[in-house]
Amino acid sequence: MSTSSSAPAGTPQLLTLRGINKSFGAVAALMDIELDIAQGEVVAIVGDNGAGKSTLVKVLSGVHAPDSGTITFEGQDVSISSPAAAQHLGIATVFQDLALCDNLTVVDNLFLGRELSPLRLNEVDMEVRSWELLKQLSAKIPSVRTQIASLSGGQRQTVAIARSLLGDPKIVILDEPTAALGVAQTAEVLNLVERLRERGHGVIMISHNMADVQAVADRVVVLRLGRNNGDFRVGDVSTEELIAAITGASDNVVSRRSAARSTSEETHAS
Amino acid sequence: MTTKAQPAPSALALDLQDERLQDRTGLRGQYKAFLDRTRSGDLGVLPVIGGLILIWAVLQILNPIFLSPANLVNLTMESSAVGIIALGIVAVLLVAQIDLSVGSVSGLAAAVVAVTSVNMGWPVWLVILATIALGAVIGWLYGQIFNRFGVPSFVVTLAGLLGFLGLQLYTLGAKGSINLPFDSPLVYFAQLAFVPVWLSYVLAAAAAASLFTTDYFHARARQHAGLSAMSLQNIALRAGLLLAALGVTVWYLNQGRGVGWMFVLFIVLTLVLNYMLKRTQWGRFVYAVGGNPEAARRAGINVRAIYTSVFITCSTLAAVGGLLGAARLAAANQGSGTGDVNLNAIAAAVIGGTSLFGGRGSAFAAILGIIVIQSISSGLTLLNLDSSFRFMVTGVVLLLAVTLDSVARRSRTSHGKA
Ligand SMILES: Nc1ncnc2c1ncn2[C@@H]1O[C@H](COP(=O)(O)OP(=O)(O)OP(=O)(O)O)[C@@H](O)[C@H]1O
Ligand SMILES: [Mg+2]
Repeated sequence: MSTSSSAPAGTPQLLTLRGINKSFGAVAALMDIELDIAQGEVVAIVGDNGAGKSTLVKVLSGVHAPDSGTITFEGQDVSISSPAAAQHLGIATVFQDLALCDNLTVVDNLFLGRELSPLRLNEVDMEVRSWELLKQLSAKIPSVRTQIASLSGGQRQTVAIARSLLGDPKIVILDEPTAALGVAQTAEVLNLVERLRERGHGVIMISHNMADVQAVADRVVVLRLGRNNGDFRVGDVSTEELIAAITGASDNVVSRRSAARSTSEETHAS
Repeated sequence: MTTKAQPAPSALALDLQDERLQDRTGLRGQYKAFLDRTRSGDLGVLPVIGGLILIWAVLQILNPIFLSPANLVNLTMESSAVGIIALGIVAVLLVAQIDLSVGSVSGLAAAVVAVTSVNMGWPVWLVILATIALGAVIGWLYGQIFNRFGVPSFVVTLAGLLGFLGLQLYTLGAKGSINLPFDSPLVYFAQLAFVPVWLSYVLAAAAAASLFTTDYFHARARQHAGLSAMSLQNIALRAGLLLAALGVTVWYLNQGRGVGWMFVLFIVLTLVLNYMLKRTQWGRFVYAVGGNPEAARRAGINVRAIYTSVFITCSTLAAVGGLLGAARLAAANQGSGTGDVNLNAIAAAVIGGTSLFGGRGSAFAAILGIIVIQSISSGLTLLNLDSSFRFMVTGVVLLLAVTLDSVARRSRTSHGKA
């Protein structure tokens, strides 16, 4: 278990968090959180429901201000005081609740806040860019001129992911990006994560799917009840170890289930 | 897709390649798309146009003078001041807020116009500037209170309604009424300035021509980019229809005194607001904030600045409306901006199709809505029915419009539209 030393040697640190605290009233959602991301690194954050993953994402994207702690971005101390500040630094986020405007069209949402030629909107170029971006993600969206309200959950998720890629960000944060996606679209998002890594972007991916995590992540950071509970290199860790770190014990409901299943398979075999 | 032969997918426009898309190009396609929209509760201007035809028919039967050129000219002139106020209401409704004080602000503006131009002898340009500044400051103040303290807009502006009414009475002084001289350019503009006949036709033709050119260049740009575009036939038809509609209207009004410059100002302001809302980033932000303020904030939009800018727009337009109202009456008095001005402006925006739930509507709602309201008012006056009836009928029409908005919203939800 290590922190900054786990980054591949020679690659510069992109983002470093130290001692981040965040409470909502009496609920301490984040306590003394540490996190490092290097350029071209994919870090998965895993943890049970309510572990504080989305709260950490919101701190990084300027939605919530942390109560205390330091954030270092490209070697400089920064305070991410607003979503605009995060965008300005080059941190793009796909939120768990997607944060799209239902009354606007797909194109409008993709370019919201980044419209081409603000005083005389360039609808044509925006539409063409939208189609390119959505094709790249194998999106199954019939028309980019339909309102978000009439899209399916997975289509909306694709739009939210496409949105995060528009401004050529340095770090992309994906909060459960594949939760509602079909098989092909999930594979496409995992490919996308790898492409982002190749281009030297940092990626933070939150997922409950251990197979996805182990397929694309370089490191896995475990949160448990608002605290760091492990930081593993993907090659060095088994799914059982991860689950133990997530649930906080080697003897837990998940391991008991899988143990029970393997014994029952053995008895069947014999 | 239909059974007729389709070109290979790659030859199709970029935005028409999904095989689930039904053909909605060409005139028939557009007609079908229109039916789709209407069925799913996206009613647009349909109900208000239908309602207007009904109201006009009934009033014409009751009193044949109603549709006479003279009366319609009057209607356009009476609509302009409150219509301009309604434009501001459209803007605040789009961000899902409300301004209940537009009547008082317009009344205060009228008082300021009278005092500065009559008692203090300011030149007209300075009076106009002062009125606009007054409106802007009031809107800015609302924005600050709304953003900083989170007071709901209906409460802030309700306080404004009372406060600025008081300020209006105070400004007018003990006499309570100030007449504007008839040789004032403001009064001339609001009562006697009409577009010369030849110019009115030129303007109508210019409007159609500019619709044609914008459509044409837009279609060409889309075609170059490989997107589907309106056909030339379609573009010409649209421009032709507009030309015919404007031509007939202008011709008919010219049978009376003609097209008033004040009405032209109202239309120009509507077109400007429409451009701002539909073609600029600011407008996009307004719709976004009205649809989902939290999503707008996370997209990096300065949501507070949008609220402030919208309140400023609304109060400024209310002040301009007050100025024109005073000019039309050639006086400012304790009754300026009171009575039904407030409710008529709000009702006009809603009747014209602006949703009370935010994020839906357009600047043209103000024109359509105010014409409905002014028609009712004018028709009932012609029938010698006093304001008691006017209030009741306008109330019923407002209730109908809001009910329609709510029902359409439900239908939209069930058809997967915001
Ligand atoms: N806006 C808020 N106000 C109050 N409490 C909050 C708020 N947001 C999060 N919390 C609390 O903080 C804790 C962490 O929530 P968070 O959303 O970060 O969990 P998570 O790890 O993303 O869970 P999930 O896997 O279910 O998405 C929870 O106990 C939650 O109740
Ligand atoms: Mg979460």
